[in-house]
Amino acid sequence: MSSIDITDVVSPRGAPQGSRTVLQRSMEFITRHRVAAVIALLVLLPWLVPYEALAVNILIFGLFAVGFNLLFGYTGLLSFGHAALFGSGSYGAGIAIVHFGWPWWLAIPAGVTLASLVGLVIGYLAIRSRGIYFSMVTLALAQCVYFAFYKAGRYTGGEDGLRGITVDVINVFGWRLDFLHPTTKYFVLLVFVAAALWFISRVLASPFGAVIEGIRENERRAAACGYDVAATKLIAFVISAAVCGLAGTLRALHLSTVPIESLHYLTSGHVVMMSLLGGMGTFFGPFVGAAFVLLIEEFATNFTKYWQLLVGLVFVVFVLFFPRGIWGSILHWLGRR
Amino acid sequence: MNSPILVAENIGVQFDAFTALKNVSVAFKARQLTAVIGPNGAGKSTFFNVVSGSLIPSTGRIRFNGQDITGAKQHEFARMGIAKSFQITNVFPQLTVGENVRLAAQMRRSRFGLLVPRQSMTDLIVLAESLLERVGLAKAFHLPARDLAHGQQRCLEIAMALACDPKLLLLDEPTAGMSPEETLDMMDLITRLAEERTVILVEHKMKLVMGICQRLIVLHHGELLAQGTPNDIRANYEVKRVYLGQKV
Repeated sequence: MSSIDITDVVSPRGAPQGSRTVLQRSMEFITRHRVAAVIALLVLLPWLVPYEALAVNILIFGLFAVGFNLLFGYTGLLSFGHAALFGSGSYGAGIAIVHFGWPWWLAIPAGVTLASLVGLVIGYLAIRSRGIYFSMVTLALAQCVYFAFYKAGRYTGGEDGLRGITVDVINVFGWRLDFLHPTTKYFVLLVFVAAALWFISRVLASPFGAVIEGIRENERRAAACGYDVAATKLIAFVISAAVCGLAGTLRALHLSTVPIESLHYLTSGHVVMMSLLGGMGTFFGPFVGAAFVLLIEEFATNFTKYWQLLVGLVFVVFVLFFPRGIWGSILHWLGRR
Repeated sequence: MNSPILVAENIGVQFDAFTALKNVSVAFKARQLTAVIGPNGAGKSTFFNVVSGSLIPSTGRIRFNGQDITGAKQHEFARMGIAKSFQITNVFPQLTVGENVRLAAQMRRSRFGLLVPRQSMTDLIVLAESLLERVGLAKAFHLPARDLAHGQQRCLEIAMALACDPKLLLLDEPTAGMSPEETLDMMDLITRLAEERTVILVEHKMKLVMGICQRLIVLHHGELLAQGTPNDIRANYEVKRVYLGQKV
């Protein structure tokens, strides 16, 4: 846990002015306007990657990783069960559309609500334990969620996943958008991702953001300062669940189906890997990590059928030699100069 | 009129077969500097943990300003105005020194919005600056707390404890591991703090506290051995016997 976002450092009279390079100054500018910087990059993303479906995936998994990182990087809780929240978001939105015939704009809050409720239950039970036990409890409870959705085949489609989430036209105040067009779809989803990023950024900059960092740094001290550690952790867990759930709902709209794998523990592992590779406890890190992992997988699957071996190798190299992750290492390197 | 701010009644702490504290009853007067002393294993730290809220006693009650607070949680103790510093340095290592104190001071706000920037609470930042000035760390505001020397981290802890404007300040061996000069500075700081609020100090070295405290509590083998003014304690035969070989 050695990467800290520059913006988290409170400076009353501005940071001490020293001799700084143009690079450092522009990095400070980026971190100060971190939401705008991410959105600017995401607007360009469809033209930076080989094809648009990959851009949509980076968008969705980036948001998933940002939500996960709120708990992992900022609160210091390693959950191995975040697939349950991501998947609940997907299924919540999917079931609302397929079985209840709700419009897409109602399906999104439905998915987010379901994910938050699942997060409330998992969080409530898991925060009683610490460290590795916390991770194991989240993993076990997420498996329970997996089997519950697996068995409830009437609503979820069971093994085949939930199919038929068709949203082809999006009507925004009389303005009809063709949701089947990849670029249009990307930008519609981007609106939601941008809103969520703004929200997370505000939460991190708020006094609450300071408290969760305090808990990550030193739980006993935080309690001695008068903060209710258990309640704070639970709130952080639910906020994280809501954001990951939103990522899930967007994925359901994007794929038109919900594969049962979205609840699988490999999905939980995926998001841990993205956060670690990108740089946990930094605002940009999770997005960088999501893009990096998805691009590597894309490249490796074209290159060899043993692509997982390559991905695993990259992961091991990073954990051993760049434990701060890509973005965390960049920040650290710039901070030292 | 000086009524007790903190009352410990018949405190007993049992760890399996080991009795750490036996029937300790002490009343601490407001706006005084009281030192709890005793040889190693006397139960000082256990007593500290009980009155600071990290350990629930097996028997007995704790009253703070007349209110029974036995069994309250750690953060509830802090919210009631009981601040503490730990024996082993306990700060937020990766946050800046300024943010450490600002975060401790933020507790004064009972409610805060999720979407309000913390920088907008400028009064807390100004408060953090003035507290750091007071403990001699004003220049370290932007440094990560882990970069401070040991003695400075202890001073930072005091600033953090003061940040929530406690009615009662509990310090567990504040000079542990400090150099002689740092120790003198710390004692000086504690004396000044005690002029305006109630301070309870747990200390192993009797000599250090003799000159500055108004009252002494002596624990031995988990029991209350003696209490009184420094002069009373100096004259106490039992205390001399326990601290055998030490000049009292």
